[in-house]
Amino acid sequence: MRYALLVQGGPYSHQAAHSALRFAEAAIARGHHLETVFFYHDGVYNAARLAAPPQDEPHLVDGFRSLHEAHGTQLKVCIAAGLRRGLLDEREAARHGKQGHSLEAPFELTGLGQLIDAGLSHDRLITFSP
Amino acid sequence: MQHDSVETAGELLIILRHAPHGSSWLREGLDAALVAAAFGRQVTLLFCGEGVTALVAEQTAGPLGQKGTQPTLEMLAMYDIDTLLVDQQALDERGLTAADLLLPVRPLAPPQLAAALAAHPLVLNF
Repeated sequence: MRYALLVQGGPYSHQAAHSALRFAEAAIARGHHLETVFFYHDGVYNAARLAAPPQDEPHLVDGFRSLHEAHGTQLKVCIAAGLRRGLLDEREAARHGKQGHSLEAPFELTGLGQLIDAGLSHDRLITFSP
Repeated sequence: MQHDSVETAGELLIILRHAPHGSSWLREGLDAALVAAAFGRQVTLLFCGEGVTALVAEQTAGPLGQKGTQPTLEMLAMYDIDTLLVDQQALDERGLTAADLLLPVRPLAPPQLAAALAAHPLVLNF
């Protein structure tokens, strides 16, 4: 089956992101395709480039990144939810006159329309919320 | 069963479970609804639990800092979002009736809620 995930919980604050990653790995191990992860609400913080968790905890940002590297999963971050929470790629940082950027590929800022498309074009959309 | 249209309604059901002030869940859920409608999708809203308080009339944003949601709710008709379902039990628990609400809604009993969920190919929960 072709799966999409919607992640709405911030990293380390709630179980949602941990569960989303575990579900992703389990689904792939069972032979399913995980084509898209969409980050919305506080879930956008899972795309923070500068996340530096302690070494004895799972690195959630790297976990999502490795889904893209190993399986080509698209990592889409809602631009409206991201910008107001300080998640900006290089282009948006320049556009808003910010010194640094906090989001980078393979995460991509995209519109909410992509969430609706993902929901309607995949076999399943599974939501992980706090 | 009340009305056939709950069972034959749109492509997308958006469930709103949070009160308007105190978190951004309601606002971000409504944003998803507006975007879907702007892309030509048929959207149904379902207000559940605390979410029914979103519909209480005469709210203002006031000094709280959070942008209010009432102006967004007033725009729903412009986006052709006119199927507003409400959890009847949530209204009852809060001493509200449809007359207290900003917009015309269709209150549903629990079995009808289940039918509404089953009738939509995509459900997003906020």
